[in-house]
Amino acid sequence: MSEGAGYPAIPSTARDRSDRHAATVAFAGLLMRDLRVLTKERGRFMVRTVSQPLLLVFVFTYVLPSIGRDFGGSTDGGSFTDILVPGVLAIAILIKGVQAVALPLVHEFGYTKEIEDRIMAPLPVWAVAMEKITAGAAQGLVAAAIVAPIVAIVPAEAVQLEISWLVLVVVLLMASVLGSALGLVMGTYVEPDDVPLMFSVVILPATFLGATYFPWAELETIRWLQVAVLANPLVYIAEGFRFALTPQFPHMPPWAILGALTLFTIGSCLLGIRGFKRRVLS
Amino acid sequence: MSTEGLTKTFPDGLTAVVGLDLEVASGEIFGLLGPNGAGKTTTIGMLTTRVVPTGGRALVGGVDVVRRPSKAKREIGVVPQTNTLDRSLNVWENLYFHGRYFGIDRAGARARTDELLARFQLTDKATRKVGTLSGGMAQRLMVARALLHEPRVLFLDEPTTGLDPQSRIALWDLLRDLHGAGQTIVLTTHYMEEADRLCDRLGIIDSGAMLALGTPSELKAGLDADSVVDIAADGDLDELARALTRVPGVSRTDVRDNGVRVFAPVVTGMLPPLLASAQATGATIRDVSVSEPTLESVFIALTGRDLRE
Repeated sequence: MSEGAGYPAIPSTARDRSDRHAATVAFAGLLMRDLRVLTKERGRFMVRTVSQPLLLVFVFTYVLPSIGRDFGGSTDGGSFTDILVPGVLAIAILIKGVQAVALPLVHEFGYTKEIEDRIMAPLPVWAVAMEKITAGAAQGLVAAAIVAPIVAIVPAEAVQLEISWLVLVVVLLMASVLGSALGLVMGTYVEPDDVPLMFSVVILPATFLGATYFPWAELETIRWLQVAVLANPLVYIAEGFRFALTPQFPHMPPWAILGALTLFTIGSCLLGIRGFKRRVLS
Repeated sequence: MSTEGLTKTFPDGLTAVVGLDLEVASGEIFGLLGPNGAGKTTTIGMLTTRVVPTGGRALVGGVDVVRRPSKAKREIGVVPQTNTLDRSLNVWENLYFHGRYFGIDRAGARARTDELLARFQLTDKATRKVGTLSGGMAQRLMVARALLHEPRVLFLDEPTTGLDPQSRIALWDLLRDLHGAGQTIVLTTHYMEEADRLCDRLGIIDSGAMLALGTPSELKAGLDADSVVDIAADGDLDELARALTRVPGVSRTDVRDNGVRVFAPVVTGMLPPLLASAQATGATIRDVSVSEPTLESVFIALTGRDLRE
């Protein structure tokens, strides 16, 4: 008997644990739940992850060079393939993170408020938001792992990689967290019905103007655009991958890349958590 | 479970709940009865940590829901008004993962899930998607989910709204069983019959304030709630109602589909004058029935209006 006083005998489930322990266990439980959902949806996950990068790489780095319509490379000697590969990785990781968090929120915040199923788990609301970022980031990393072999194998001409592994790991981690945190921002500040629209209005322009198909440095001939795209977090992810994979070609200074990635990541995490709390608590 | 001066004013200035004082004893079924918009759902929201009170205090199982929401969530089970089942998971998984969130280990969560599915007659639906369940089944699954971590207090917000009559009765039976096993239950409803038949004690709430508190019979006896005489008749019912209102001792009348309902504080000795004045209007009387005060008349006595208005 726990507290006498007429309560029915209750076996000790999570009740007598500390709040912190219970919250940690609940956090792990939510991650397991997301993993279960992901394994159920693995087919869809693969299709969503692979289709765009595969088409990009196939058309731009295999078909066009093979038929002799290559775009030509950068002014510093890299081919278009060398420019595109970091960009495609950046797009894959960002889009996957945003999708993984923002899309489920559409029906979780929908009129039945399914989110309450997870909000009633014994952990603080901000921790539920953190779990969403974590799960989304993990999906972003998986997406990068799936896309990496594609960009390595498909191009007609091999990519000239000079990988610095430490930088790669740092950029991968920051990019994956940034992507899913942006998904949380989008999923909490945009009305559920409008979230799918955001993919056309925000994500698509961001991917085209995210220094993905060109190095940021070479935008200097279009100065206004070079300044304007600095507001696009994808720029720093793409430049980060350039710095990590093909540092011999032009890229932003490392301090700018890592500094901006850090600021964007922390900022969007805080903003996303705030938005999430505002949605679920009243 | 108890509250002291619990108050919620939303940012738009709407005060949904004002100074609610409430105490629910362990093992009790307590009902909050009131019309839509009375503040019932906001009250449940505050007690279950999802609505942050702007004043007062609420304790569940001795835990302050504002100061320690995570702890409070382990003390409560919630069946919300809408279907909040996890649509990405099947029936079995909905219970299993709920157990995992609450720190029950893998084997324990499996065993508890199987046990609850059997008890709620959902075993053969275990692998169904939750979106394919009928309203009654989804509701049973939500009750099972709320009970899985063995909460001290089970909250149900309008549990039978939208259920077919059969499922409603099945849910009542289920709640009575849980009550019999010592489960503390707090529910909201706008069905008087539900409140009357199910609850040990009731709070009648309107415009965010508690108007009366007590057992259904206390409420009916203590207030100057009227007894009801239903007179089934053919003829001009409006004229009949006017005539009956003039009978001394009648507090008010209400024209119904097949007759007139008469409210009076004391029924003894009232029938002969009622019938005499009814016959004087030329109406044909088919049936007369007398009933004790209902919660409906209690509500009307308290607020001057009908629960369904």
